[in-house]
Amino acid sequence: MPITVLSRSFGALERAQRIGLEIAAPFADAVDKDARFPTEALDALRTERMLGIFIPTEFGGGGCSIADLSAICATLGQYCSATAMIYAMHQIQIACIVRHGADSSFFATYLAELADTQALIASATSEIGVGGDVRSSVCAIEHDDGSFSLAKRAPVISYGEYADAILATARRTPDAPPNDQVLALLKRDEFTLTQTSGWDTLGFRGTCSPAFTLTATAPDDHILPASYADISSQTMLPVSHIVWSSLWLGIATAAVGRARGYIRAEARKSPGKTPAASVRLAEVVSRLQGMRALVNDSVRDYESIMHDADALSAMNFAIRMNNLKLSCSTSVVDIVSQSLLICGMAGYRADSKFSLGRLLRDAYGAALMINNDRIYGANAAMLLVSKDD
Amino acid sequence: MIDKIRDTLRQHARLNRDVSAISVDADLYACGLTSHATVNLMLGLEDTFQVEFPERMLRRRTFETIANIRDSIAELGTGLPVSKS
Repeated sequence: MPITVLSRSFGALERAQRIGLEIAAPFADAVDKDARFPTEALDALRTERMLGIFIPTEFGGGGCSIADLSAICATLGQYCSATAMIYAMHQIQIACIVRHGADSSFFATYLAELADTQALIASATSEIGVGGDVRSSVCAIEHDDGSFSLAKRAPVISYGEYADAILATARRTPDAPPNDQVLALLKRDEFTLTQTSGWDTLGFRGTCSPAFTLTATAPDDHILPASYADISSQTMLPVSHIVWSSLWLGIATAAVGRARGYIRAEARKSPGKTPAASVRLAEVVSRLQGMRALVNDSVRDYESIMHDADALSAMNFAIRMNNLKLSCSTSVVDIVSQSLLICGMAGYRADSKFSLGRLLRDAYGAALMINNDRIYGANAAMLLVSKDD
Repeated sequence: MIDKIRDTLRQHARLNRDVSAISVDADLYACGLTSHATVNLMLGLEDTFQVEFPERMLRRRTFETIANIRDSIAELGTGLPVSKS
């Protein structure tokens, strides 16, 4: 059964499948155990030109759609959560540049460079001192004769140490209010990272996301011309929720795959007798189908209005995209937990082919990245005035 | 109407500058209007002008400037005269 609808075929999904199965999966346990960067899988994704897949063909990229990205993330998510998350976060940054930078001569050139070098881009949107609100910044852009400088205390920069560039938010000027933000591109030779915490977490250990102090100096044209308010509502938030939900769907799919395998093995042992947990399998498969349907529906929803800036700023669209994140981040935990009940001790063991420990630990991260309570709070506020579903 | 809108902005929008000094065409988001404050602003405007914003108006542009707020309320028909001042 296909994970999701692939709108156009570039062989990209097949490449993702092969990289996931042959390269990401064999290292997934080691990446998790050692909380190390999934070098093998990212090298393979770079070699197979999967990092520039969303860059339009006119810049030399793969020209794929949001639906394609969703399918690729769901595929990678089945094999290595960390690889899928790094890939997804990179594509969010690419989407912001593609959709809000292509008119700038610097960014047009940079997109071609990205397609050529398959560079990996990280994100520095969160900041110490804003209470988790990525739509507020403390740090500010300070201009000086054609270039700018920036100093940011970031509580997390996922794979920061391994990134070729970082997109960072900051206030437009030192006098600007906290929510008047811009998004600035900082290339490897333009920034310095000083790590200020470790990264020893329950799950998503291979994303290597410690705290850093980021300092940078870069030319003025590295600042995306659009305001971050627009970039966030039109691209960063919807694309984040879609690609994250897609890779969580991958995790859930992998868990259900193990549950299916376990039930089949049980059924073979005693032909003619339906294994007791098979009812639970039927239940979890239905739950997985609902999750997949929501992801695919949200992809279609976004793609139908993605070039209409006004429609993208609508409150009911924001609520729907928030609901995608809320629902999928909860479903992934439920589905992996149900799969664990089905596999029983075989799933609880860390050394069995039905092990679900890593998947369950990764699944719990979903509700925390942009905390669900914050998103529920935002939806609750919007529902005071919004009438539509 | 503009004065009433300014009063409502003063009460609910938590802007970072004196509302009297903000021109009718100035970008309110650049004056510190947040999405959370926008909700309170809407509720305040609905109460002040006894209107209800339909879903199609619940987007960024509607609340971007004092002029846009005025036009939206005028379109909803409060019975109040539309002042261009």
